[in-house]
Amino acid sequence: MATLDSKIPQGPLADKWTNHKSHINLVSPANKRLIDVIVVGTGLAGASASATLAELGYNVKTFCFQDSPRRAHSIAAQGGINAAKNYQGDGDSTYRLFYDTIKGGDYRSRESNVHRLAEVSTNIIDQCVAQGVPFARDYGGLLDNRSFGGVLVSRTFYAKGQTGQQLLLGAYSAMNRQIGRGKIKMYNRHEMMDLVLVDGKARGIITRNLVDGKIERHGAHAVVIASGGYGNVFFLSTNAMGSNVSAGWKIHKKGAHFANPCFTQIHPTCIPVSGDHQSKLTLMSESLRNDGRIWVPKKIEDVKAIRDGKLKPTAIAEEDRDYYLERRYPAFGNLVPRDVASRAAKERCDEGYGVNKTGEAVYLDFASAIIRYGKEEAHVKGLDANNAALVKKLGQGVVRAKYGNLFQMYEKIVDQDPYETPMMIYPAVHYTMGGVWVDYNLMTSIPGCYAIGEANFSDHGANRLGASALMQGLADGYFVLPYTIGDYLADDIRTGAINTDSPEFDAAEKAVQDQIDAFINNNGSNTVDYYHRKLGKIMWNKCGMSRNAKELKEAMVEIKALREDFYKNVNVPGTANEFNEQLAKAGRVADFLELGELFAKDALERTESCGGHFREESQTPEGEAMRDDENFTFVSAWEYKGEPADAVLCKEALNYEEIEVKTRSYK
Amino acid sequence: MNLTLKIWRQANADATGSIETYSIENISPDMSFLEMMDVHNEELIAKGIDPVAFDHDCREGICGMCSMYINGEAHGPDRLVTTCQLHMRKFKDGDTITIEPFRANAFPVVKDLAVDRSAFDRIQHAGGFVSVNTSGNTQDANAIPIDKHDADKAFDAATCIGCGACVASCKNASAMLFVSAKVSQYALLPQGKVEAVDRVQNMVKQMDEEGFGNCTNTGACEVECPKGISLENIARMNREYLSASLKG
Amino acid sequence: MSALIKSSLARKYAMALSGLFLVFFLLQHFTINLTSVFSETVFNELSHFMGNNPLVQFALQPVLIFGVIFHFIMGFVLDLKNRSARSSKYATNNGAANSSWMSRNMIISGAVVLSFLGLHFYDFWFPEMNYKYIEVLPENPTRYFEEMVHKFESPVRVGLYVISFGFLALHLMHGFSSSFQSLGANNKYTRAIKGFTTAFAIGVPLGFVFIALFHHLNAF
Repeated sequence: MATLDSKIPQGPLADKWTNHKSHINLVSPANKRLIDVIVVGTGLAGASASATLAELGYNVKTFCFQDSPRRAHSIAAQGGINAAKNYQGDGDSTYRLFYDTIKGGDYRSRESNVHRLAEVSTNIIDQCVAQGVPFARDYGGLLDNRSFGGVLVSRTFYAKGQTGQQLLLGAYSAMNRQIGRGKIKMYNRHEMMDLVLVDGKARGIITRNLVDGKIERHGAHAVVIASGGYGNVFFLSTNAMGSNVSAGWKIHKKGAHFANPCFTQIHPTCIPVSGDHQSKLTLMSESLRNDGRIWVPKKIEDVKAIRDGKLKPTAIAEEDRDYYLERRYPAFGNLVPRDVASRAAKERCDEGYGVNKTGEAVYLDFASAIIRYGKEEAHVKGLDANNAALVKKLGQGVVRAKYGNLFQMYEKIVDQDPYETPMMIYPAVHYTMGGVWVDYNLMTSIPGCYAIGEANFSDHGANRLGASALMQGLADGYFVLPYTIGDYLADDIRTGAINTDSPEFDAAEKAVQDQIDAFINNNGSNTVDYYHRKLGKIMWNKCGMSRNAKELKEAMVEIKALREDFYKNVNVPGTANEFNEQLAKAGRVADFLELGELFAKDALERTESCGGHFREESQTPEGEAMRDDENFTFVSAWEYKGEPADAVLCKEALNYEEIEVKTRSYK
Repeated sequence: MNLTLKIWRQANADATGSIETYSIENISPDMSFLEMMDVHNEELIAKGIDPVAFDHDCREGICGMCSMYINGEAHGPDRLVTTCQLHMRKFKDGDTITIEPFRANAFPVVKDLAVDRSAFDRIQHAGGFVSVNTSGNTQDANAIPIDKHDADKAFDAATCIGCGACVASCKNASAMLFVSAKVSQYALLPQGKVEAVDRVQNMVKQMDEEGFGNCTNTGACEVECPKGISLENIARMNREYLSASLKG
Repeated sequence: MSALIKSSLARKYAMALSGLFLVFFLLQHFTINLTSVFSETVFNELSHFMGNNPLVQFALQPVLIFGVIFHFIMGFVLDLKNRSARSSKYATNNGAANSSWMSRNMIISGAVVLSFLGLHFYDFWFPEMNYKYIEVLPENPTRYFEEMVHKFESPVRVGLYVISFGFLALHLMHGFSSSFQSLGANNKYTRAIKGFTTAFAIGVPLGFVFIALFHHLNAF
């Protein structure tokens, strides 16, 4: 078994990053010109890293599969970005952000990384404002904050419901500046097909031009993977259609450890599945739970009447409604963390109380918020607070101002007016905490190969807090990787340009070409989506919100069988030398079919419940998740050995020096 | 729902394309337009016909990748939505739907309904940024208060998703709404004002070089824009450019 | 400055400014014409002044002619250029869904107005030039009203007149307010500007039509 060196610097937690930065090797400006870096992916992490590395003087080549770097899925993040600025003077601090993140992650993340994240969080806001990111402001012209689940302070900076978009466009604009200067060479509509190792070091990648199918070789002194998460292994998720695990999986197959694959975040407020045609799920921001109350009917006959269309939810009396989160978790109510809210919804629906045709939906009701706000507004304006129609109208106005764009999006998709009838929501796969294992420097177990953003595993443990994904992506790209990569590249100043005419590149290119040819010549009978949907069903049913040993074992067997069938019977139309979306998808699904099995294996191995990972065998008598700190306070890092089932587990022990490990309770 | 689809098919940028007619049955009104296209593609694959290529990614109306010209309108008949958020309930059983790519010489067809919008990227390379280093050593984020109205207007301009519906809808294939949204965002913020003179001139120059048409103020772009970007931005860019040109 | 002259925005400014200049001229022309309804004498005096004042004749008139020619040529050049920005046309295009007919067809309304100008020059300007500068006939400060009334006797001419002013109205309905947008004015006054320009675009051509019909009907 390989040992993992997390390279955590010595010294007190609060000083580790500062000391580390002061002591690592640097590359002189003249030498940076001699060094090439490849970045795969242009989300918050990839775009910010590309821009910063180019600005430092490295020659950067950046790749994305979309038609423009601005399309990366970070753009879809809605709610906000956390930073320990303490502008509200409500007692926030670096330590508190660090503590909340560790606790929110259910004590399964690396202390030193999370502390560094909290330290650089404030720089992110300064940086983004300087770039012209239009954050929300108050009438005094200063930045506004709002509060998110699982914390006691207001530290979330936001730009209406489009924070991810504005942050990504900020990073994209920083990239544009460097592209204009010729320091970044941008490759749109290019897919990374494999990593090339020379003498055990990452020295380049093989790509496919998605427009004409050309296979290309790109050499570099270091390769940075910033390709996002793998939620699409479930087929249905809030991820973009193109989001995939392939870059991360290819490096895993070349020697990088893959950590905690089973740590997946299932977000409680998504628009439910409407039918078999569904291609993806849409998130409704967590902020809605500030004002919406979640319920299902108490009586099973009411549920039936609703499903048959004979009863409207608004006609159900207050005493016949089960506000199950408020009932089960009186202290936090509707604002329990995401994993808890999701499991509670599943529990009700499994009991038969789901309120749509598929039985997989619960209500998110704004009626009482509308009345509450309406009365306040009537009072402020000196109007009649007993006039029900007026109060409703005023209240709807307030709700519209707060959540208008989300309500509009809901109405477009579901064709129901959420101002008049409760929204229907159901949990959906949203984010993956697991990912490529990295050390403190964000380097994977392959020298010269780095992983940043959602693609790595490092900061969120077993559950991510709202508004922390954007923070991590930008922290890695702007402020961490650009320092730590220099430590490695300092040894490469005399290497010279990487020769791509080497046997290593030949072999990698041939393997890529062989796989493409195999797909094109397969003449199978099932489409790629057929397999992807089947895989998603297995994952959702057996590795979803609640897991047990029996089903996880079944999942491993089923996924393996599905994978074998895929290689025999998949039908990829068209040719290799054209714009061929089916071919690109086939490669991605092939990797999901391997990852899925490792996912199940990891979930099987971790017999405790923690964060988003809930093992039915490990719960309290009230049905709450129960951690097993004695046996599972470690990161599961998997080493590739051919078949996913044969992967070898390496454990990185998690040591908490600053924080006392406690049980999370929201009762 | 049963529908007749008339879809633009073009093998690649150099090929000549044509409209092909297909029929599709049993479409649920709850499907999104792209899900209907998915079903159609599955059927085409089963019949051994090359599936229709189209751009799409997030399918929640924010990435700006989807780009279909449906029944003579960018992103179809609904307002303030992208193609991926358009739902089949907007159509009737028995309808014939014509689907074409966003057309402009500056947006060459890649294949079928997918077009190359990298002209937009190149306009951004010319000046769509604030020249500040990403070192993190900038001043504190609250050092410069910004008038809330200006900040809100800058945000409204910044919500542009770069889909190109403005170009597709404009009878002149003009990119003014796109370019002016970016120019406006920065012109309204103190951080962007520093290099406003150069920015607007460089971006307009690049826009002209890309072969977009001239703006004739028809307002089609504003109506078809899925994010409702206002024509006020174009007026602002007209002002900015005029004053920038006179200054230097 | 050289970048300005070459840019697409400069063409926009030029179209807007020349258009506004022509609108101003139209208003002036309309005012003088309108006097013909009330007073033959005033009309004759004003016409004589415009026709013989050296400043008007040798400074304003060339500027006006340049403005007209510039606006038309630029309009045609821009239209050609804009058409060529999309060489592969849509099979189905529903322009009416997002823009007014006027805004999409300025080239048609403009062309009709141009042909009308041809007729108008043939009717008034050429005879006038002939009278003054070629045949050099003696000054007659009272001839204008007679000449005009004479022209409006023909129902065909009055019909063409009415149609042309209809198109002028369409042209102005988009063009007048559009020129403010082109010059960068889009603010809280925009609603007022739109209201004013629309009223102008309908009222002034209608006024011209009224004058023509007035004289046509009075002739019998």
